[in-house]
Amino acid sequence: MLPTGPPIAARRTVSGVDAVVSVEGLSKRYGELTAVAEVSFEVGQGEIFGVLGPNGAGKTTSVECVQGLRHADAGRIRVLGLDPRTQVEQLRPLIGSQLQESALPHRLRVAEALDLFASLQPGGPPWRQVMQEWGLTPKARAAFGSLSGGQRQRLLVALAVVNAPQLVFLDEMTTGLDPAARRATWELIERLRDNGTTVVLVTHFMDEAERLCDRLAVVQGGRVVASGTPSQLVAAHSDGVTVRFSTSEPVGFLDRVPGVGSVQRRGDTVTVRGEPAIVARVGRALSEAGIEPDDMDVVRPTLEDVYLRLVGEEG
Amino acid sequence: MGALGKLTATELRLFLREPITVVFTLALPLMILYILGGVFGNEADAGGGPDAMVVYRGFGATNWYTSAYVAVAVAGFTLISVPTHLVEYRETGVLRRFRASAVPRWMVLASQFLNSLVIASVGAAILLVVAMLTTDVEPAVDWWRFALAYALGAVALVCLGLALGTLMPTARAAQSAGLVLWFMLLLICGGGPPPEVLPEALRTLGQWLPLSPVIEMLQEPWLTGGWAWSPSLVVVAMTAVSAGIAWFLFRWE
Ligand SMILES: Nc1ncnc2c1ncn2[C@@H]1O[C@H](COP(=O)(O)OP(=O)(O)OP(=O)(O)O)[C@@H](O)[C@H]1O
Ligand SMILES: [Mg+2]
Repeated sequence: MLPTGPPIAARRTVSGVDAVVSVEGLSKRYGELTAVAEVSFEVGQGEIFGVLGPNGAGKTTSVECVQGLRHADAGRIRVLGLDPRTQVEQLRPLIGSQLQESALPHRLRVAEALDLFASLQPGGPPWRQVMQEWGLTPKARAAFGSLSGGQRQRLLVALAVVNAPQLVFLDEMTTGLDPAARRATWELIERLRDNGTTVVLVTHFMDEAERLCDRLAVVQGGRVVASGTPSQLVAAHSDGVTVRFSTSEPVGFLDRVPGVGSVQRRGDTVTVRGEPAIVARVGRALSEAGIEPDDMDVVRPTLEDVYLRLVGEEG
Repeated sequence: MGALGKLTATELRLFLREPITVVFTLALPLMILYILGGVFGNEADAGGGPDAMVVYRGFGATNWYTSAYVAVAVAGFTLISVPTHLVEYRETGVLRRFRASAVPRWMVLASQFLNSLVIASVGAAILLVVAMLTTDVEPAVDWWRFALAYALGAVALVCLGLALGTLMPTARAAQSAGLVLWFMLLLICGGGPPPEVLPEALRTLGQWLPLSPVIEMLQEPWLTGGWAWSPSLVVVAMTAVSAGIAWFLFRWE
């Protein structure tokens, strides 16, 4: 075990706010298999923190250890100042969970489920309001077993927030949702964050991570291989940006702009590659040379490009 | 108590939405009562037959079976439906969902226990009422002792069902094991042929199986107005062991 550090409340995350979740050196084995090895991360108050990674990377294992649903073999975990291993009873009422694998009794109806779970963990908003917000009212009398995959998923996410938790764990919450339901879910998650709820979001969707996450960690083979804000990750783990424009003027001077890696010309189309800062510098150099193309494009690698670089195309 | 009450009420409502289970639970004991009761009649057997064997301890078959079938009816539900239901909840992730919503282990077990006890008792009550109204069964000699024996026996059988649900790996396994166990108990513990006609080995085996003491405990006040002390102690011990298994070996997934 690691030595115990100062109390969590006194700590600051990289983003400078109080850490709601703090994980250090989390490891978990299943027999011979090391599912999670030495994972460390912190989640700040009011953040949406993303956990990305290929199938079997150890995302669910990690976040379920944090929720006290599985027990880590080693490491130090603090959630809202509590140890999920020994103080899980105090912790549970403060958090909400949408688990990757869980279900409700097949004949339980949507309204009954919300009513039941609201009374199992009192203190949240009226359950009818939650049902309305999550678009479940038309299905109020439908049995869980008769819902479509996406409707079930939506109900399970709604159950995770029915107790108005301070911290919500969502494990692949939009898997199986149609595009409109996904958008609607994103908006609800943003609204949760705006109300001060901290969210830990496990996802496979890069657009979701890019849109929602303040910070994220990429996990592979049970280890965190990168973490930071989406734009930090893109900046740190990409091979730079591409600037493209058309001009008939000579642009050989661009080779001398600091940070430029290559300049290619095909007909009138010029393609400049280099570090992210060249966007401003190339623009300035062109402008000073009296060249002001009206079709200048900047192509940045997306989070998806960076993610695939990090985990390897086959991951 | 609010949350436990709600959980138990929800469970009961869900049970009522399973028509096949409802019919099976409430009607099967009646069928057995009629078929076996009809075969054996209610004449007290004084051992005057050519084989000079006293069966049903000398009581009429219907009297004998009615009290025994209360146990058979309860066991049918608690050994088959109760464990299957618990394992199904574990297999499909319902228990995970409860756990993540801070439902404590005692509340899961208590709601299953209460719900099963209520359903089993409705089944037992229907059986008794129908038997009293439509057969020539003579009423219990001591209803109060019978009621106490019923309470002890039903609690024991529900706990046994929860213990089975805790031990069984899959719902399929729970269902088959429960069915086999129930059928065996029915046949050799006094719910089927009179124990006196069973081969010695089977009869001895039957005495060691958990349904026998429940049946004996129920029959004593019904038939004689007395109290079967040693079977009732066995039943209490069985309850303690089953409850211990259900509590300590409980798994959420
Ligand atoms: N209960 C378990 N018993 C044994 N092995 C397990 C168990 N749970 C997970 N594993 C293994 O641990 C590894 C990590 O699993 P985990 O569910 O954490 O992955 P994940 O990152 O959530 O994957 P996915 O994106 O597919 O949900 C996998 O190799 C998996 O097979
Ligand atoms: Mg997972």
